[in-house]
Amino acid sequence: MSEPVIKCEAVYKIFGENAKKMLQDSNGNVDAKTFQENGCIVGVNNASFEVSKGEMLVVMGLSGSGKSTLLRCISRLTDATGGKIFIEGQDLLQLNNKELIELRRNKMGMVFQSFALLPHKTVVENIAFPLQIKGIKTEDSISKAMDMVKLVGLDGRENYFPRELSGGQQQRVGIARSLAVEPDIWFLDEPFSALDPLIRKEMQDEFLRLQDKLQKTIMFITHDFDEALKLADRIAIMKDGIIEQLDTPANIVLNPATEYVRKFTEEVPREKVLLIEDVMEPSTTDNLGDLKVLKNEIIENVAEKILTQEKSVAVIDNNNKIVGSINPTKIINTVFGGRKNSN
Amino acid sequence: MELIKKYPKLFQWLFLLIVFFALCFAIDVPETYKFIRGQAEFVKDPNQSSFVFLGKEVRYYAFDVFWRLPPLLGWLPIWINDSLFFLMNEWMPIEFWNEDTQEFRTRPLVLQISRNLTAFMTFLIELIREILLGGLETIVAFTSWDWIDKNPWAELPGLPWTIVAAGSAILAYKLSGKGLALFAGLVMVYISIFGQWKPSMQTLSFILVAAPLSFIFGLGLGIAAFKSKRVEKALYPILLVMQTMPQYAVLVPALVLFGVGDHAAVIITMVVAVPPMILLTILGLRAIPPEVIEAGRMSGCNNWQLMFKVLIPTARRDILIGVNQVIMVCFSMAVISAFIGAKGLGFNLLLALNQLNIGLALEAGLCISLIAILLDKMSLAWANKQTDYFGNLTFYQRNKNILFFVATVIIGILLAYVGTFLFKGSYNYLFEVPHNKGISTADFWNKGVDWIFDTFFVYIKAFNTWLIQDVLQPMRALYLRMPAVATLVLVVGAGYLIGGIRSALVVCGLTLFIALSPWWDRALVTAYMATFGVIVSCLIGFTVGTLCFQNKHSASFMLGVCDIFQTFPSFVYLIPVMMLFGITDTSVLIAVIVYATIPATRYTIEGLRSVPVGLHDAATMSGVNKFQRLTKIEFPLAFPHMMLGLNQTIVFALFMVIIGAFIGTEDLGQYILKALSDKKGAGIGFTLGICVAFIGLIFDNLIRTWVEKRKKHLGIN
Repeated sequence: MSEPVIKCEAVYKIFGENAKKMLQDSNGNVDAKTFQENGCIVGVNNASFEVSKGEMLVVMGLSGSGKSTLLRCISRLTDATGGKIFIEGQDLLQLNNKELIELRRNKMGMVFQSFALLPHKTVVENIAFPLQIKGIKTEDSISKAMDMVKLVGLDGRENYFPRELSGGQQQRVGIARSLAVEPDIWFLDEPFSALDPLIRKEMQDEFLRLQDKLQKTIMFITHDFDEALKLADRIAIMKDGIIEQLDTPANIVLNPATEYVRKFTEEVPREKVLLIEDVMEPSTTDNLGDLKVLKNEIIENVAEKILTQEKSVAVIDNNNKIVGSINPTKIINTVFGGRKNSN
Repeated sequence: MELIKKYPKLFQWLFLLIVFFALCFAIDVPETYKFIRGQAEFVKDPNQSSFVFLGKEVRYYAFDVFWRLPPLLGWLPIWINDSLFFLMNEWMPIEFWNEDTQEFRTRPLVLQISRNLTAFMTFLIELIREILLGGLETIVAFTSWDWIDKNPWAELPGLPWTIVAAGSAILAYKLSGKGLALFAGLVMVYISIFGQWKPSMQTLSFILVAAPLSFIFGLGLGIAAFKSKRVEKALYPILLVMQTMPQYAVLVPALVLFGVGDHAAVIITMVVAVPPMILLTILGLRAIPPEVIEAGRMSGCNNWQLMFKVLIPTARRDILIGVNQVIMVCFSMAVISAFIGAKGLGFNLLLALNQLNIGLALEAGLCISLIAILLDKMSLAWANKQTDYFGNLTFYQRNKNILFFVATVIIGILLAYVGTFLFKGSYNYLFEVPHNKGISTADFWNKGVDWIFDTFFVYIKAFNTWLIQDVLQPMRALYLRMPAVATLVLVVGAGYLIGGIRSALVVCGLTLFIALSPWWDRALVTAYMATFGVIVSCLIGFTVGTLCFQNKHSASFMLGVCDIFQTFPSFVYLIPVMMLFGITDTSVLIAVIVYATIPATRYTIEGLRSVPVGLHDAATMSGVNKFQRLTKIEFPLAFPHMMLGLNQTIVFALFMVIIGAFIGTEDLGQYILKALSDKKGAGIGFTLGICVAFIGLIFDNLIRTWVEKRKKHLGIN
């Protein structure tokens, strides 16, 4: 496998005056309480993970859990106190200012919760801003920005000012701006949290459509567990600066690692999250019915069909090859049963 | 005991007051004490003692120490003077090439720098002045007098007033719209017709030099303070003092360093105008959401790009409000600078007041006020103007303002040319209306003043006598009766009760400085006048503000009135009161009251307005009537903001009391005015200014600390 695009090794971010020294003294054993007594606040505590090319990692946590701090360490908007961060094999913390600017101009894009648009520039000027900063000619940057305007569906509003747009439209501008330099890595810091629920859903679908087309490497921050489940390839759940669990959505729902994670999973409608392949038996028996279901169907879509069967149902992959089986009772257990056990 | 536990603060305050009064009664007035009038301290009196410090002899009346502290800081003004003199005349002599005499000359470094700076400023002012009014100096600066004698055509003719008037109307139209354009046009025409054109343009050229320079320095220092905590910490105390220092007092050191005239005034105006610009720049940059800065960083901005493409444009509005402040300060300095010989409207005003020609003063004052309002409205319109995107406009639409201006210039020149034929032998009124050749209503006003005096003399006199004899004199005597130690205890105790030990120390330091200076008595007189003004102003301001707040329209109207009155340079307020009350303390106090009522009213309305709508609704649903709502909800919540208003009122009152010295008062201001004409006045003027600033800062510290605590307590940020 090729080099991971983002790689973190034991990243710490501690706020406070003696942070660096205290971290060294602690030998990697950081206890938030003792640090707090000494006037330091632990933002990120021993974060290690990798994100591979084209993958979307969603970091989920409540406010104050350190998720935004982690993102700012990786984009080096703040300097991590300890640990190593590699972007495509480059040691991020060793870059000098010039190299860092080069990296941001060409490889990184970021979307912000409060949109962070420049109030004195129009939609198209906002989008062209990173290009112009790079030194691209005005005409070229504007024509490129117009492509982006079309991509996010804002054509006809390119000459509006941010204050004249709704929240959803403003965030579309934010997204377009972050994509203008065609970055490989895309950071999104709670991009939809400030939006109304309906607009949020619309933007999530739009975002998935874009990602389908662009296949960026993404770190997405959210405090909304449902949003994380809907978008993520993998989810990292953070609490008090520590990554509690990092796994695929299905595994997190089925096997929460800690009590904290379980609390989030309890209310999740599993039939809407899990795929057939997440709950099927890999072994096949001969005693199968006629019905065949695709392994990457969401349970909700095929549950009714399966539940009318008496025998186990064959699970096939895209090539029509049988890869496992599923018994109707398993569906019932998954949807209705699991929750009781956990209590 | 129960009561003490219930209201501990109240009893602490009571205790403080009891101690204060006990001290007042316990300490007797020493027999040798007398209020020093005039210049007594320079004449050795047999009752005087003296001490020598740093080689300077300081004389003082040997009072009981509890009564008045000895002026241990008396050497400071003398020392400042001597140091300044040394810097200017002896320190680091360096050889300079002199163009005129074609030889090397030795001159101290500071003097040379000051002369070069002065020459540069003079050049800038003359340049703009001659564009507006015509003249030779600029051309001469590049060539020589001989050259200009041979080529008389090269003299700058100056712009006809028609062009400047129409130009300002067009600019106002571009910034705001038809209303302001009409106002601008009318103001300019008024100025011209009433023969104030030349002084107005002189004042304008002064502002056109001082304001941009102040803006650049203010913005630069503001950015530096934003970027570095250390710079901010170093600047902060200076900014604080400059905000409360009477503008008048800084004129004195300027006189010594830069001499008399417009150039000195411009330089010193910058010293006064830069602080508000710095503050607003910092404020604006601080208010930028951190995510916008991060967005800039993530777009790959380097520091330079971040500052000029992201931060400053985002903070545009605050920065332009700063420009507005700069312009207003420059304008009011342009008037006051008349004291050190700056030309323009202020000079005419001062002259008229000196001659007691109220009519002329009124005309100049009206001109000043109108220009102040115009400049204020125009710069505010600029700040609030949102740049609009013109997608597909024609060449004409995009450039119509420029086209109009070009047309105006051509028409103006043509008119001026026609004028040379029309007004043969007399003045060309289509080119320039000379001073005193316009319409003047001075006689009318003077007659009016006479009439008022003749008709109401008895009543005014009676009122005056009553106020002075029954109110002011006793109050003044009370203030002067306070022993220094008692005052110190009161102020420090208040500081401790409000802000703890830190506040107490700050306040103690500020008070001690004044108490140890030779002018404690004078400071008490200043304090008494300011107190009287502040009490009356607050009574009026809070009442008017509360009444106006009852109705939306009247509230907006009142705020508009406050805006307009605030733009007038403080000096202007002296005209109408002198008209009515002549040269008495009453005049000064009435000017103080009028001037200081502005912030009291404004902050009351703003404070009441800031009470959240939700609370209003909640109160209404609980069934309160209007009066209950006011006393139970609005006043408690608005009170902190109203106290900030009190703070402003104090500063305004102090400024006015000091300027009142022009009419004749016996406080610190009188000495500042005296220092202006004293060769060794620089140190005295400066120290006096600091004393006034410190009086303001004592209250500023106490009130701000209290307000911050109160706001935290109420949960308002």
